[in-house]
Amino acid sequence: MAEIPEHILRRSAEARAKAEGRSVEEVLAELKGEAPPPPTSAASGAAPAGRDLAAEAESSGVPQHLLERAMRARAKAEGKPVPAAGGGAATATATATAPKPAAAPAPAVPPGVRTQRLLTVVKAGAIQQVKREPHDKVNVWPHLLAIEFVALLACLAFLIVLSIFLEAPLLEFANFNEQPNPSKAPWYFLGLQEMLAYFDPQVAGVIIPGFGLAALAMIPYVDKNPSVRPSDRKLAIMIFTFFIMAAAVLTIFGSFFRGPGFNFTYPWRDGIFFDDLKAILE
Amino acid sequence: MANGNKGGGMSGLLDHVRESQVWNSIFRPGSPFRAGYSDSPRNRSYVIMNNVLYHLHPVKVKRHGVRLSYTLCLGGLSFFLFIVLTITGIFLMFYYRPTSPQAYLDLQALTTDVAFGNLVRNMHRWGAHLMVLSVFLHMARVFYHGAYKPPREFNWVVGVLLLLLTLLLSFTGYLLPWDQLALWAVTVGSTMASYTPVFGSQVSFVLIGGVQITPDTLLRWYVLHVLFLPFIITIFLAVHFWRVRKDGGISGPL
Repeated sequence: MAEIPEHILRRSAEARAKAEGRSVEEVLAELKGEAPPPPTSAASGAAPAGRDLAAEAESSGVPQHLLERAMRARAKAEGKPVPAAGGGAATATATATAPKPAAAPAPAVPPGVRTQRLLTVVKAGAIQQVKREPHDKVNVWPHLLAIEFVALLACLAFLIVLSIFLEAPLLEFANFNEQPNPSKAPWYFLGLQEMLAYFDPQVAGVIIPGFGLAALAMIPYVDKNPSVRPSDRKLAIMIFTFFIMAAAVLTIFGSFFRGPGFNFTYPWRDGIFFDDLKAILE
Repeated sequence: MANGNKGGGMSGLLDHVRESQVWNSIFRPGSPFRAGYSDSPRNRSYVIMNNVLYHLHPVKVKRHGVRLSYTLCLGGLSFFLFIVLTITGIFLMFYYRPTSPQAYLDLQALTTDVAFGNLVRNMHRWGAHLMVLSVFLHMARVFYHGAYKPPREFNWVVGVLLLLLTLLLSFTGYLLPWDQLALWAVTVGSTMASYTPVFGSQVSFVLIGGVQITPDTLLRWYVLHVLFLPFIITIFLAVHFWRVRKDGGISGPL
């Protein structure tokens, strides 16, 4: 072992002596390897024969009857016989095996050091009860992944079958000089095109869809109702459903009930003027 | 070797491969593809936790969320359709040139000369319509479950952006066949944009790359369709999925 300077050894011994409640000289001697280490608490694995409670109470400042009660309770919990608690009769055996505060030669607390215990009253409300709510949960693998995989296969099968039997439209080469009558936007814009029949193009083509998208995005910030139960949010559901239905009706109307010149038509009388799905429906 | 006493032939070879360093470096611990996988609660967790799937799914979900009638898988199917559209779209790109007569001729050749060309084109077209539909239905489902409520408000906004991007992707693809349907549908659609208040003509000019639709518009919308918009939507998809996980997964039971 490397030579440790005396002052460092001394400082270390002082700190350890303070922590363990022994004298500095004793610890210093032990550190230098001049004396065998005193029995540690591991040696007191055997039930302590007896403790000098009076001396303990004196040194630690805890009333003797409390120490006695604690000792009884611990003995009861560990299933051992209650050790004899006496005045000084057991002192001789206690020095060998009892916990350190009882060691007679070295005072439990160095002179001039006061120890104290802090007791505090914790109100029931101040304790945060961290309780996980019981969740009924299932493993994603295999339960959810299996469902997703089947859904994926079903979707792909549907798409392939659809694509085998339905031809995507391909009309004549684009001709700038020949506008088909009627000319319609893709189906998802036909609700807007339908509104062009009623409103100014600026209103129907830009302002309504623009405000519609903005309103859609703002739903969570406008709807402050925290409940998700349908019975608690009848108004929200009513408004949303109204707009969904309005969009659907306008789209269907624009798709099937508008013929040449975007005039009203019955699809069963005049045929379908909707090239997107014409191949399918005829 | 430890597996020396196992059956010879194919199964022996398979065991050998499944115990090799290469195989074990690909499939992380707990993978069902690893040798000696057993169906235990611990391994069920590892299948997700030790996998790229952990970005999409937690180890466990609430039982009601697994019920098919709750989500109808609409969000997942929208994403799946996006992947199908990406794959079929890449296939179509091999046979398509976004120039004036050539685009239309390429489409004609695709439907007649290319193996599975017509099928893939049909899948791309119908898949796009299905995706618009499924994204829209997904939004409706989320609304009726109140799944946009705190802490999921922002993810709803991201979802609205994804709906808009889906429509734009579909609309930009609409022009690419360069036939009468494409040309005039896009004319009607982009004329609406020119009614934007104050700077309508500028919006229209940027959108179609000129004062009217020309072959230049075709190139512009092609780039938007195959590069720009997929790039943007991928970013928002990543945010959308990440927020689903961070906001507590599937929304609570009603």
